[in-house]
This record gives sequence, structure tokens and C-alpha cells, in this order.
Amino acid sequence: MESVNPIERALRGIAITLVILFFMFPIFWIILMSFQTNETILRMPPSMVFTPTLENYMALITGKLETSAGILEIAFMKNLFNSFFLSTASVAIGLVLGVPAAYAFARLKFKGSEDIAFTLLSFRFAPPLLVLLPLTIYFQQLGLANTYGGLIWVYQLIVLPLILWIVRGYFEDIPADVEYAYRIAGHSWGATFRKIALPLAGPGIAAAALLAFIFAWNNFVFALVLASADKQPVTVGALAFVTASGIQYGQIAAGIVLSIAPTFALALYAQRYLVEGLSLGAVKG
Amino acid sequence: MTVQLSLKAVDKFYGAIDKGVHAVRNINMDVHKGEIIALLGSSGCGKTSTLRMVAGFEDTSRGTITLAGREIQKLPPVKRNVAMAFEGYSLYPTVTVRENIAFALKAAKLSETEVAAKVKEVSEMLEITDILDRFPTSISGGQQQRASLARALVRDADLHLLDEPMGQLEPQLRTLLRGRIKHYIKERGLTAILVTHDQTEANAMADRIAVMEGGVLQQFASPEEIKEAPANLFTGTFVGEPPMNVFPAVVSDTGDQIHFDLQGGLDLQYPAKDFSADVRQAMLSRRQIVLGVRPYAVQRSAEGAPATVEANQWLGDQTHIAARFAGASIVLVEHDFTDVALGSEIRVHLNPNDLHVFDAETGQALSHGAQLA
Ligand SMILES: Nc1ncnc2c1ncn2[C@@H]1O[C@H](COP(=O)(O)OP(=O)(O)OP(=O)(O)O)[C@@H](O)[C@H]1O
Ligand SMILES: [Mg+2]
Repeated sequence: MESVNPIERALRGIAITLVILFFMFPIFWIILMSFQTNETILRMPPSMVFTPTLENYMALITGKLETSAGILEIAFMKNLFNSFFLSTASVAIGLVLGVPAAYAFARLKFKGSEDIAFTLLSFRFAPPLLVLLPLTIYFQQLGLANTYGGLIWVYQLIVLPLILWIVRGYFEDIPADVEYAYRIAGHSWGATFRKIALPLAGPGIAAAALLAFIFAWNNFVFALVLASADKQPVTVGALAFVTASGIQYGQIAAGIVLSIAPTFALALYAQRYLVEGLSLGAVKG
Repeated sequence: MTVQLSLKAVDKFYGAIDKGVHAVRNINMDVHKGEIIALLGSSGCGKTSTLRMVAGFEDTSRGTITLAGREIQKLPPVKRNVAMAFEGYSLYPTVTVRENIAFALKAAKLSETEVAAKVKEVSEMLEITDILDRFPTSISGGQQQRASLARALVRDADLHLLDEPMGQLEPQLRTLLRGRIKHYIKERGLTAILVTHDQTEANAMADRIAVMEGGVLQQFASPEEIKEAPANLFTGTFVGEPPMNVFPAVVSDTGDQIHFDLQGGLDLQYPAKDFSADVRQAMLSRRQIVLGVRPYAVQRSAEGAPATVEANQWLGDQTHIAARFAGASIVLVEHDFTDVALGSEIRVHLNPNDLHVFDAETGQALSHGAQLA
């Protein structure tokens, strides 16, 4: 450890605390809200003193939302499952398609390969609304509207470019000669991809998959337009809490807590992979 | 002798054919089974490019490559049965040195005891038995280089390509290993091409040396022939330490005397009978020539031409003297400690038998001593 003078250390501590407060406060507040009733949330002036209740969570889990206008059915758990299913399936398919493609773009430089790769990336730049209108019409004609398959297909617009670009970078960082050394030792092109390229790019692939999962999870607009209630993920499902008789802040907060928990956990876990991925080729074993 | 590797009119372009970088130009070369070839040439002359075409990592832009009777230039690397030690080592970072060395043997379905025996033998030869269970990223550059060399040599391939396999090693280890490696290769009847920047290594290990420059194969001959009869000015000046002295000259003939008019008004005269009729004719038909003489062959003699000492280095076992001569610098080697003061005048004599004559325009050798090139 290098020695720093105490004033510098104190200042640094304060700065870090401020930054953490700034970023963590909304999350902290949401967690507090999720244990309160709408009345305590909305009281004036706001206070941090309240008797915690699990009512909100219960409502979400049982699917029965009690409002002043009566009991409302909500499909939050179904939405949560949809989010899981859509994101996982999209990332899985994105990896199956994207990783070999990334390898091809990294290793085979052919005429126009750079342009094709960039075109694929540019899907990320386009506002989703640009493709939504024509997609809606196509999907209705093809019978893909409101199916998991159709949604997973459009989700590729989110996950594929991400996986392609991140993983391509990792493949490019593997010295080509390491692969040549393996090939010349009597291994086929495919075996080299599986035994050398994939393991060496492993941390990068994991990082890309986790990022893609988070992006897919957070997607809102594709599912909003292309799916009806029973196929919708939590991001869209949360709209159900905006009811005719008012906005259910407590349940929204609980819903948010439940829906960010998986991505939050993933991000914490991914941290390790991202760091490992960035130091590709460093000491192993 | 059977031909093991044959390159016929091989060209390499990086980028489009006839448009991109022309790294290898029309190389023709036959390597015999069991031969060790040293590939010598300055940096960027196309040595690695040539090896990579033979190994199959770069496509052959033009020409044919035949190995052990099969035309291979279109085959993928896995089908060529070639072993290679890479310039940048290229060990697999995720497995131990031992596994790195054993990979190819396992792919060739050797039994475990055979693999173990071969790995042991080659690692003892290269002094790396103590690092076999370490990972490539945790060993030194010189150890990585030997691990990479072991990975190539352990194989029983049709051809071994060794791209600067000892560049990272200290001189003592190099000297020790080059003898062992040569023995190892010869004992097994392997055929090898060795890229090196070290002329001593090339001379010590190779049966024949291929000298390359600018993508062109300049000369492909035994070490003795390259030294005694360099095919052109490039080979003459590139191979040999210290380099050959060269002086542009105009040749003329006054019946019984041959004159070489050097720069600075120096006129070297030799009796015409010192050169054969063919050599005289070859020289006189060019007029503009370049005279070359090896530093070891320059003699000090009272009848010689004057030269002014510019530098004098005692290297521990020989003295290199540089002197102003014919508007240029001449280097001579004395085999004992010679103390000549800077600025003093010495007299140097160039024996006609030691003269290499090159065409000034093309650089092609015309004669070596009394022999026509
Ligand atoms: N991938 C490439 N793309 C374009 N040009 C290349 C490529 N690889 C090599 N070259 C060029 O081809 C020429 C020959 O390179 P090569 O690597 O064969 O040289 P070398 O003789 O092995 O040199 P060194 O002794 O430095 O290793 C050089 O001019 C180099 O710049
Ligand atoms: Mg090279």
C-alpha cells in the first residue's frame, strides 16, 4: 500500500461517499417505499419513520391488487417469468448466432467485412420506433405478433449487435499465431475454435452475455407494442399499477425491487467477469 | 538425395496480387530430406512470410509448394504435416508448458507413455524440465522460446520451420543448444528450415544457407560457397563479419597490366597473368565494376597502397583496424593485438586471389580470385 496523507484520504472518502449516495439513494428510497402503504408514501411531509408492511409483496406474489375500486387481477409473477424467459432465450440464441459470427469477423478479413460488421452495429443506433411500425405489420401477417418466438426474434436487434461487437474485440485480442500453432499441430479449424478461441475469449463472452441480458431485460418498447399482457415482461407489466383509481406506488416500488434484483445480482457477478475479461490472457490456473 | 520440400516460382503479395505488398518474389528452392537450411536476410526481407506460406498460415499468391511428394499450397495447415516454432512463441496460455509440448502428440494419437518419453527427451535437450508444470505466462521470454521450440521439435513432421528459435537466449546457452539441436535433428533425419540473424549460428547448424533480400532469394548454397563465392554484391556484403570491403573501380588493360582505378586517384595494378583470360574478358567488358575484399584477406605489406588509420579495436582475440583508403574506408583484421596509432599511415596489399569482382550495374559477381563466377 502506498502511503497517503490523512487529509487526502479523508477527502477521497467524502468524495466516494457522495458519489455512492447520489447513485444509491433512489434505489434505497425505492426499497423503503416497497415496504410502505400508499398512504404513508404519500403523506406530507415525507418521513423515513413507518411500520414496514409486506402487503405490496404479497399482492404481487398472489396476483391480487386491492384498490379502492375493488380487487384487480395482476400478472406480475407471469411478467417476471416472461422477462426471465425472453431475456435468457434471446441471449442464448444471440450467443449461438453471434459468437461464431464475431469469430468470423475477427479472423476472416474479406472485402466488405468491416462494412457488414458496422451495419450490424448500427442497428443499435437506430431508434426502435423506426423498425416497430413495419415490424408490427409483418408480424401480424406472419402470425408472429404476440408470440415468444416473435419477441425473441426482435430482441436479437438488441442482443446480437452487442454480443457481436464485444466478442469480436476479444477474439481479435487472441494472437492469431496461438491458433495457428494449434491448427498446425493437427487440429481442424473447428477444433481450434472450440479448444483455443472459445476458452480464451470466455470471460469476454460471459461479459457480453451478461450485458446483453441486462439490456434485453430492461427493454420496454418492443414488448409494449408487439406483445399482449400474457407475453409481456415486467418492464411493461408495471404499467398495470397505474390503475383507474390511482397509482399504486407501493406495489410499483415492490415490483421494481423484484425486477431489478436479478439484473442487480448479475451486475455484481459480472463485475468479476468484466475485470477478468479485460485482463485477457493474464495468469491463469 | 530425395527432395523433401520444393518451392517453384513462389510469390507472396499481402493484399491483391500484383497490387499489394510484394513480400516474396519468385522463389525457387529445393530442400533435400534430412537437410538443415538456414534462412538469412535483413529484417523485413520476407523470411517469415516464406515460412508462413509453407506452413499454410498465409496463402501462396503464386507458384507451387511440394512437400514429401504432395503439392500442399492449397491444403489447410492441419493437412500439411509441418511443425513450426513461431517468432513470437505463441504458446497456449491456458495450459502448462508440458501440455503445450504434448498437444500435437496427443492429436497424433500417441500413447501416454510415448508422449511422456518424447516430452522428457526434448525438454532435457532444451533444459526446460524444471518449468514443465508452469504456465506460459509465468515463465521468462527465453524459457517461453525454448518451450515453443520444444513444441515444434517434439513432433515427427515432414518439415520443421524454426523462426528465430534462439533469439532470446544468452550466448552461452545458444552455443550449447545449437549443437544439441543440430544433433537432435540429424539423429532423427528431420528436415528443417531455420530463420536466424546470427551468421555463426547459420554456419554452425546449416548444410546450406539461403540468403534473402527484398523478397528475392539471392543465393542458396553451402556456407563455404557463400563465403568464398558470393553470387552478388548483396550476399558478399551481408554474409561475413566484419563485412566485406567494397570499392567502386574502373578496369582497364595496358597489355601486360590490369589497372583498377579506384576513387581518390588510387590505381591498383596487377600483372595480367594474375587473372585468367575469361576473368579479364568479363571484367573488361563491364569496365565499371565493384571490387570486394574480405577484411581477413587484406594484408599489410611495404609494397602496398597507403591508408590512414581511423579506428583500431582490440576485440579480445583479434584487432579490427579501419583505415582511410581509396576515398572510402577499409577494414582489416589482425589475429593478434596490433597497436597502430590513429592517423598513422599503414600500407595495405590486396592479393589478386582474394579479389571478388562484381558488375557495378547489376551487382552480379563476375569473378572470385582467379575463378570466373
Ligand atoms: N500481414 C501483413 N500485411 C502486410 N504486409 C506484411 C504483412 N506481414 C509482413 N508484411 C510485409 O512483408 C515484408 C516481409 O515481412 P516478413 O515478416 O516476412 O519479414 P522477415 O524477413 O521475417 O523479417 P524479420 O527478420 O524482421 O522477422 C515486410 O515488408 C513486411 O512489412
Ligand atoms: Mg520474421
